[in-house]
Amino acid sequence: MTPQLISGYTATTCLGHGLDGTLAALRAGRSGLQPCVFETVRLDTWIGEVAAVDDQNLPEMLAAYDCRNNRLAALALETDGFAERVRAATARYGKRRIGVFVGTSTAGILQTELAYRRRDPVTGTLPADFNYRTTHNAFSLAEFTRAYFALEGPAFSVSTACSSSAKVFAAATRLLDCGVIDAAVVGGVDSLCLTTLYGFASLELTSTRPCRPYDATRDGISVAEGAAFALLERAPASLPAGAVLLLGAGESSDAYHMSAPHPEGHGARLAMEGALRSAGLDAADIDYINLHGTATPANDAAEGKAVAALFGDRVPCSSTKGATGHTLGAAGAVEAVICALALTHDLLPGSPGTATPDPAIPLAYLLSSHDQPIRRALSNSFGFGGSNCSLILGVAA
Amino acid sequence: MSATVPLQAWIDGVGFLAPGLPDWPSARAVLRGEQAIGSSAAVLQAPAVLPPAERRRASRVVKLALTIGLEAAAHAGTDIATLATVFAASGADGHNCHALCEQLASDDRQISPTRFHNSVHNAAAGYWGIATQSQAPCQVICAYDASFGAGLLDALGQVVVDRQPTLLIAYDSEYPEPLHSKRPLPDVAGIALLLTPEASARSLARVAVSLDDSAAEAMSDSALEALRATVPALRGLPLLDLLARSEAGSVSLDYLPPLQLRVDLHPC
Repeated sequence: MTPQLISGYTATTCLGHGLDGTLAALRAGRSGLQPCVFETVRLDTWIGEVAAVDDQNLPEMLAAYDCRNNRLAALALETDGFAERVRAATARYGKRRIGVFVGTSTAGILQTELAYRRRDPVTGTLPADFNYRTTHNAFSLAEFTRAYFALEGPAFSVSTACSSSAKVFAAATRLLDCGVIDAAVVGGVDSLCLTTLYGFASLELTSTRPCRPYDATRDGISVAEGAAFALLERAPASLPAGAVLLLGAGESSDAYHMSAPHPEGHGARLAMEGALRSAGLDAADIDYINLHGTATPANDAAEGKAVAALFGDRVPCSSTKGATGHTLGAAGAVEAVICALALTHDLLPGSPGTATPDPAIPLAYLLSSHDQPIRRALSNSFGFGGSNCSLILGVAA
Repeated sequence: MSATVPLQAWIDGVGFLAPGLPDWPSARAVLRGEQAIGSSAAVLQAPAVLPPAERRRASRVVKLALTIGLEAAAHAGTDIATLATVFAASGADGHNCHALCEQLASDDRQISPTRFHNSVHNAAAGYWGIATQSQAPCQVICAYDASFGAGLLDALGQVVVDRQPTLLIAYDSEYPEPLHSKRPLPDVAGIALLLTPEASARSLARVAVSLDDSAAEAMSDSALEALRATVPALRGLPLLDLLARSEAGSVSLDYLPPLQLRVDLHPC
């Protein structure tokens, strides 16, 4: 694939609003997870909740989009000067030439969950103020982001559960390569809701402690929310040192089970191989792997097998979900941004919460963060329904 | 700006299902004016490719997506086990969503794990993978009323850039009340197109797509126009209209205001 310049990026998770807080927490090995006290949820689990989401006001003309998911999106867009970068790109290319491709698994479904508590006791109808299109529907995030910048280019949401916002990088690249667009706002936003908290609990996939990716005693995920965005443009011939590039993307399907990964990690391996092939790189060219690493026994075992088969125990790797929690449909974009930070700040991120790496998984697993220059990082994102995506990011010398 | 690569592909197979139009041959006959549209609700069957347990439990949306996808693949004589797919739907499984929201609003929030994993927007895509054993890339897109155009754009991108046959499965399913009043989709319906980068003896037509702001075409038949206008996945009907009649021509498909998809079709 043609390398794409990632000319701007930002991430907001329970680690903090924006890159500085994220980087500081990653360096210090700090986790943002806390015991779950979200809404009326009564579950013995830990979550990654973003601070002050509900303090975020939407622009008046976008009031119809008001919901936790779009507040979190707006919060992220206004961080790290990302909105200014999009506006500058709009001035450069024109509003028709910028696409919006964003990933989410549940969008603003919390709004529907709350509306169902306010149904008319006689007729059962939903309250008049509930707006399905602008909150619940998966496209609400893409439509909100497009409207936020008054863009007029192509747009869609990708919703493949926890690989959603990795796959948007691949989709945007295809339309950049075809010349349909000149730049793309890509990213992912997922916000806390009852469906995912009670849903993962029903599958017995949530831990009662902060999640411990790749630990011998890992026993489940910490559900989290997060938002991350990136601006993709075609890479110019000469790049300044420190410029971050998307070098490759690989997508695959497990074709195995709706909510369990293939035990040998076949689909995961195909996605990583696809990313290497699309980047024209070998396994030996990768300096760091940001693992999907949800901390469920099955995910980490399957992914670990696939990574070990391709990379052996040579490549330093970690899951950062012990720090951020599992931001679900936002995880692909959040972790792409973490890779961008690692590449530009000579950082190998560690794995807060993990104490004893699983001896059955032979990887060079990073418990704590190290300072080390790296040139290329691979990021894995795998979702329910067996949807896999791996991205490779690099930094210009 | 780099040179523009034409967004084009060959259509090798079509799948179709809508109320009164159970498959592509019947839709084709109606579009050609050879028979009248039926008046029945959409009829769904669980595809035999699903394992027995999944077949028994398959939801309407899973039956719909698999049925039209398999019809298009069979029409094209393509091996489904290696096929990349793009699923485009304006919503997920509405009945499952309603049941979850109802329970989460009750005193007993212990939802069923099966309901939860079936709630993801990519549930039909996941069952497609299980049924076909295809490990090829699988995309799942939502663009509300623009979902057909969005799916077509991404599928063409995969054909043109990745040079791989790609099956677009655009489909929609209804919500029960009370969500139905907020999102009044009438029934299940969808269009599947098997798109390939190279012409073959199987190819029906070449299709090229560009973005412009031309006014979207309506269907001249009022029953077909009602379907086009009320089911996002059927915004592709004007393209099928040309294809059914093997007519070369150009139509504008409803996409995302102010953008529409200008589609040029050349029968083989």
